[in-house]
Order: sequence, then structure tokens, then C-alpha cells
Amino acid sequence: MAFDKQEAKSVLFAPIFNNNPIALQVLGICSALAVTVKLETAFVMSVALTAVVAFSNLLISLIRNHIPSSIRIIVQMTIIASLVILVDQILKAYAYDISKQLSVFVGLIITNCIVMGRAEAYAMKNGPVMSFLDGIGNGLGYSVLLIVVAFFRELFGSGKLWGYTIFQSISDGGWYQTNGLLLLPASSFFIIGLLIWALRTWKTDQVEGKE
Amino acid sequence: MSNKESPTKTIIVALLLSLVCSVVVSTAAIKLKPIQQKNQALDKKRNILVAAGMMEEKSSASVEELFSQIESKYVDLTTGEFVEVPAKFDQRKAAKDPTMNVALTAEQDLGGIGARSKIAHVYIVKKDGQLDSIILPIHGKGLFSTLYGFIALDKDLKTVKGIKYYEHGETPGLGGEVDNSNWLAKWPGKQVLDANGEPVLTLVKSDANSANEVDALSGATWTTNGVQNMIHFWLGDNGFGPFLDKLRAGEI
Repeated sequence: MAFDKQEAKSVLFAPIFNNNPIALQVLGICSALAVTVKLETAFVMSVALTAVVAFSNLLISLIRNHIPSSIRIIVQMTIIASLVILVDQILKAYAYDISKQLSVFVGLIITNCIVMGRAEAYAMKNGPVMSFLDGIGNGLGYSVLLIVVAFFRELFGSGKLWGYTIFQSISDGGWYQTNGLLLLPASSFFIIGLLIWALRTWKTDQVEGKE
Repeated sequence: MSNKESPTKTIIVALLLSLVCSVVVSTAAIKLKPIQQKNQALDKKRNILVAAGMMEEKSSASVEELFSQIESKYVDLTTGEFVEVPAKFDQRKAAKDPTMNVALTAEQDLGGIGARSKIAHVYIVKKDGQLDSIILPIHGKGLFSTLYGFIALDKDLKTVKGIKYYEHGETPGLGGEVDNSNWLAKWPGKQVLDANGEPVLTLVKSDANSANEVDALSGATWTTNGVQNMIHFWLGDNGFGPFLDKLRAGEI
């Protein structure tokens, strides 16, 4: 398969706004709720997920012609699970504080629908290079949304960004009354909902037709 | 073999894949284990230092260097005496091992932990040969999780020098505020034990004026109760009580 620049570009960038895995496909919501209290954790989670989707797509695509269809889901799961454990171990060794905050959610990348979804929908049918790019693209789409959500939650929930105080909160002797709701996972639903609304107002083709 | 859907091919693919994946995963786990253990040990030491007020929360000072001032010892909680333990002793594992723990009755079990290890780790800071402070590990149930932390007592063995939790799963922003350094700053100087060595410290919802009252965390009644109960347990007769009595009497 010849390398098509145009397609590569669309594979890489389409998932960011046009076909965002969270906003349009509504996948991977679980971790988007859980790790977005702070920018730092959201960022590390994004990097971890992007690495896992990219490499699982690459590996699955490399052996796609040898995977018997009767066990293909298990084969995908095994590859994804191994990659996730690898990422988890590396985080524990080199970013201990953050891995403590992310706790089980790194492990739960295994069950993140984005990873499985891309493996099944794209990597099983396309070449390794394209699959790898597709993984990076979808990882970026996930990351953009996660980071935007975390930005609002950290800024208005605790008056900080990346751990640095922006609004001095009342409990620290400042003026800002922190919004406790934003610290609770459910607040991500509101923010994601508002983002989807904004995105669909901008890109009207994403609006679903009336049933 | 040519047909990828044949049973033989399926089994071969499954076997090969499992083999490769397990080799990759186990290699990573073994290779990275020493670094991970070092991180955990360092994290614990850092928390002990913060509890003892010997280090700022985010300071980049050398943990190892500061920690060298601290003496690490083991205590038999029933007799209150120092004991030697095997090199691989782990208090958390011991608390779950029926040969090494003591089951607690509902009445004794203020911290909601079910059983405690017979032997506990303590950390002693000496200055010029004199006892300066002592750091005791504590744990107990909050609302959602077991909180693990350290409480440091001053040389009179009654006054709190500091408290710090290093592991818990309480709600961020509510019970999770046990990490808040402003709240933790309310602790030093509080009288946790009375003249007879009985725990008297309480967490109150308003007007924490007296020396044995600490302002509770708002919106976190269960976590706060957990903190109070675990302190009463660990500093009481079923916890470090006998050890503190001996230490106060100058017997050890």
C-alpha cells in the first residue's frame, strides 16, 4: 500500500475535532471523569493512552493477516493489556507521584473503548504505518478533550493550574471561593456536554438527524 | 497450515502471542522492580520527615540525608518493648498474617481495622543523645478507604509535633483534604494525651480553642471521625499505649 500523504493527514488530524473519540463517538468517558481533577494527571493519562493506542494499533496491524478471526478479540486484548502493564510499570518506576494519583486508571486503559475500538475498526484492516498514525490521532483527540476538561476543573475547582495557584482560595487565605462541584467526577459530564454542544455548533455536520 | 482459520493455526497464534507477551511483561516487571521499590521507600521516608516537621512538603532537600537522623526500631505492642525482627518484616503484611497479628474485638477496634500486627515500626529522633520526638505509624478506616499515615509526638510524648497521611482514597476536596497543609498545620502543639497517657484529642466542628481540640474538616464527618478514632486507637492501650508508658517512665 502506497503511502498517501493526504490520507495520513486526515487519519492523524480528523479525530481531534471532526471525529473526536470522546465528543463524537462518546468513548472513553470513564477515565475522562476520573483523572481530570488536575491538569498534570490528565496530561500523563493522555500521554499513556496515546502511547498505548498507537502501539497497539501498530502491533495488531503488523500481525493482522495472521490473526484467526475466531480469537481476534482475545489477541487484541492480550496485546493491549501487555502494553498497558508496560506503561504502568514504567510510570511506577519513573513518575512515582503521578502514578500514585492515577492509581487504577492506568490499568483501566485496558478497558478503554477507544483502544479496542481503533484496533477492531482500523488496525485490523489497514497497514502498520497508517494504523500507527490513526492511534496517535485518536490519542490526540482524547488528550485535547481531557486537557480542556482538566483545565476548567482545576482552575475553577481548586483555583490552580498545573499545581500553581492562580486564584488564591479562601481556605489558603485568599479571595476565591472554590467550586467544590467541579472536584467531583460528575462535573466532567457538564463540561463534556458543553464542549460537545460547542463543537456541534461549530461543525454542524456532527449534529445527528432527528429520529 | 495455509488457512489462517484452521484450529492448528489458531492454537499456534494463541501460544506464540501469550509467550511473547508474557516475556515482555515479566521482563519489564523484574527490570523495573528495584527502581519502584526505591521510590516507595523514598516516598515513605519523605512522609515520615514531613510528619516530624523536619522537612517541607515540596522541598527538594535530600530525603536520605535528613532521614539518617532518624532511628528506626520495632516494638512489641503488647509488652511495649523493643524487639528485633527479620530483615524482610513488613507491618502491613504482618497485620494480615494470622501468626503475626492480634484480632481486635469490636470494642477495641476503634480504627475499624479488624486486626493489628503484634509488632510495629517506630521512628525515633534523638538530639544530643536525648529523645527529641517519636514518629508512630497509624492507620484506620475513613469513609471510603483505609488511611495510612504517621503521627509525630514531641519529647513530652503528649504534644503533637505533626501528622501526615501518605495513602488514602477519600473524596478529593472533602475527605481528601486530610492532605491539606493548612489543615495539617493546625495539629502541632495540640495535646493528644492527658497526664495519665490517655488519648483525649477530639476533632470538633466549631471553636477548636482548647489544646486538645482540632478543627474538623467540613463536609467530611466520616473521614474526620476516622482520624479521631484511629488516633485514639493507636495511642491507646491496644496500640502504642504500653510502649509510650514505658518510654515515659524512662524504662527504655
